[in-house]
Amino acid sequence: MADLSRPADTAADRAHTPARATVVVTTVASDSHTWNLVYLQLLLEELGYEVVNLGPCVPDELLVHHCREIRPSAVVISSVNGHGAQDGLRVIRALREDELTATLPVAIGGKLGVDGGATSHTERLLAAGFDAVFEDGADTLTAFRRFLDELGPGADRALESGAERAAVQRRHADEQMSVSV
Amino acid sequence: MRSPVPDKSPVPDKLSVPDTLPGHRPGCVPSGSAARGFGDFVRAHGGNGRLVVQPRMGFSDPAAMRAGLAATRASAARTVGTITLDAHTRVGHLQAAAAALREGTALNGYPVVTHPPATTARVLDGIQGPGFPVQVRHGSARPVGIFRALAALGLDASEGGPVSYCLPYGRTPLAESVSQWAAACELFASLREAGREPHLETFGGCMLGQLCPPSLLVALSVLEALFFLRHGIRSLSVSYAQQTNPEQDTEAIAALRRLCAELLPTDDWHVVVYTYMGVFPQTEHGARRLLESSAELAVRTGAERLIVKTVAESQRIPTIQENVDALELAAAAAESAARTAPAPLHHPADSPTYQQAAALVHAVLDLHPDLSQALLRAFRRGYLDVPYCLHPDNRGLTRSFIDPAGRLCWASVGNLPIGHLVRPRSTTRLTSATLLTDLTRVRNRFDAPAPPALAASRRPPARDAPKRCATG
Ligand code: B12
Repeated sequence: MADLSRPADTAADRAHTPARATVVVTTVASDSHTWNLVYLQLLLEELGYEVVNLGPCVPDELLVHHCREIRPSAVVISSVNGHGAQDGLRVIRALREDELTATLPVAIGGKLGVDGGATSHTERLLAAGFDAVFEDGADTLTAFRRFLDELGPGADRALESGAERAAVQRRHADEQMSVSV
Repeated sequence: MRSPVPDKSPVPDKLSVPDTLPGHRPGCVPSGSAARGFGDFVRAHGGNGRLVVQPRMGFSDPAAMRAGLAATRASAARTVGTITLDAHTRVGHLQAAAAALREGTALNGYPVVTHPPATTARVLDGIQGPGFPVQVRHGSARPVGIFRALAALGLDASEGGPVSYCLPYGRTPLAESVSQWAAACELFASLREAGREPHLETFGGCMLGQLCPPSLLVALSVLEALFFLRHGIRSLSVSYAQQTNPEQDTEAIAALRRLCAELLPTDDWHVVVYTYMGVFPQTEHGARRLLESSAELAVRTGAERLIVKTVAESQRIPTIQENVDALELAAAAAESAARTAPAPLHHPADSPTYQQAAALVHAVLDLHPDLSQALLRAFRRGYLDVPYCLHPDNRGLTRSFIDPAGRLCWASVGNLPIGHLVRPRSTTRLTSATLLTDLTRVRNRFDAPAPPALAASRRPPARDAPKRCATG
């Protein structure tokens, strides 16, 4: 697996910011699109979340591994290449089978199949264990904001953790793929 | 003036067909050695106002793939065929491709490594030939397995590159992609022993599809062409994806041609233009107009080949008919553009885009006599650095923006060796909203009810416009 190290300065910046709820932004194993990930990262940061962006083509094991270590408040999976439903059904099984990630809130959204939404994948994905599905459509982002609201406000959200968890988060923030803003 | 090929000969839709198809494009097949491959075909039929058009087409179902190739061949346009591979195959997850085929889940392309070779042979049988070369498009940073499968099938045209199929396509380390691509080129080049002339197209003219300033696209396309040559490939094409401004795109393609003429030790190369590769218009009129404008760009710049986008681009994988419509619309737009004499450009070859691209290429070549090492060093130092690219081997110190005239410019050049050529500009803070504004600029312009002025591309360059960036 690729080394995902980013230049160290991002970690230094983060060391001085107060602990905020962390959201992992990621995509599925086959999907290399990243503009969606960059966009969602910025959006979530603007809403007050700490974001760990895992970048493109994230293998199932890697996502589970990062979630076990980071213990984020939520995972947001974005896929637009048309394989999101197939890959998503596989990765949610892996997340639900691991005791540390079994109850983690996980959402998926984007263009999840290859027929432009003619087939809806929402029901199957929810049944497989996703907490929310945002297939491209008119009000996707509004619905997404509601999902986030139910998670609790980003910056104010109390973390159940102490310094130890913050340190783990910082370490992982350093390993993420991210655009500095 | 040539007219589009009016060949509508019926094409079998079954997977077993006779060896040859009757009546296909009489007189169009170059004879003798000129008929040897993809590169020769395109150079025989494209250029000087004539355009070979090509879809980006791939279906997981072999019958659909065959029907798509047949329809491409039979369309009223001078075409070459495409087999676009699915994303599981691209990242080497062959189990996921196999699972999808088992379960009947449609993929976003044709899984050429997973379908038995005999199946693919039947897909191509009687359709592919000297009069209809087929290119495989794949997007893989570890392409050796794919190239091995292609070679076994007698497929000898493909595309990509060590940088352009690595940075935007996943997490493979650049060093691994570079050595995989060297091996893949050498494997492909060995097809010459079987009397073929393998052809490779650079994908470097497209990095991330959008918001990469043209000078870097041109430089990467040229560097990847040199890489292919150094690893034994002799027949090449260099790509350039339409960006945000027709004048700037014209400049860029002129720069690409000039650099290739200066640096490639062969004349067996041609230019392929891609219709806009970023966020696409959602309306039918917007999508069609953008496609037409790319055909005009290709004709205006003397490009030999155009790869089209369809009206379904913003939504989903296009149907065969949508692909055919796009090919025919592009061919018609190219025809009418070729009839209108293009306005002469003011020294396009000496543009800021040329100067920057040349500075980038030469700075990289000077880093090491071995181009593989030079590319790796260049990314480490930030001499090559793609804006918004998340890949760990990309420094991420550059940023781009679209100026009021619609030109795609450098907001920050990081360590790119073009600081002396680019006017500095203070960066505005990047937010989700500002990013989306730049990403959707082309979409919105073409979706607007009033189509953009037809003459926009022929206006003389606004050299002294106050707010225009001078960064090419
Ligand atoms: C740019 C682009 C590329 C670039 C990507 C560069 C990069 N590193 O990102 C390049 C050229 C490399 C590329 C490659 C491919 N692409 Co592409 N690409 C696009 C394109 C043109 C724009 C995508 C984009 O940048 N959007 C901007 C971002 C900000 O928005 P977005 O991704 O559309 O996401 C929005 C919504 O979907 C939503 N959203 C997304 N995720 C989520 C998640 C949640 C939780 C929520 C709430 C919302 C949400 O929010 C976003 C903002 O509105 C689209 C078509 C289009 N849209 O016009 C095709 C498209 C996505 N690509 C497509 C395909 C198939 C591919 C390829 C597989 C090649 C192929 N077979 O044709 C490869 C990818 C290989 C792989 N391993 O996956 C298809 C997908 C088809 C489908 N789903 O039915 C599309 C739709 C084009 C098409 N019609 O064929 N692509």
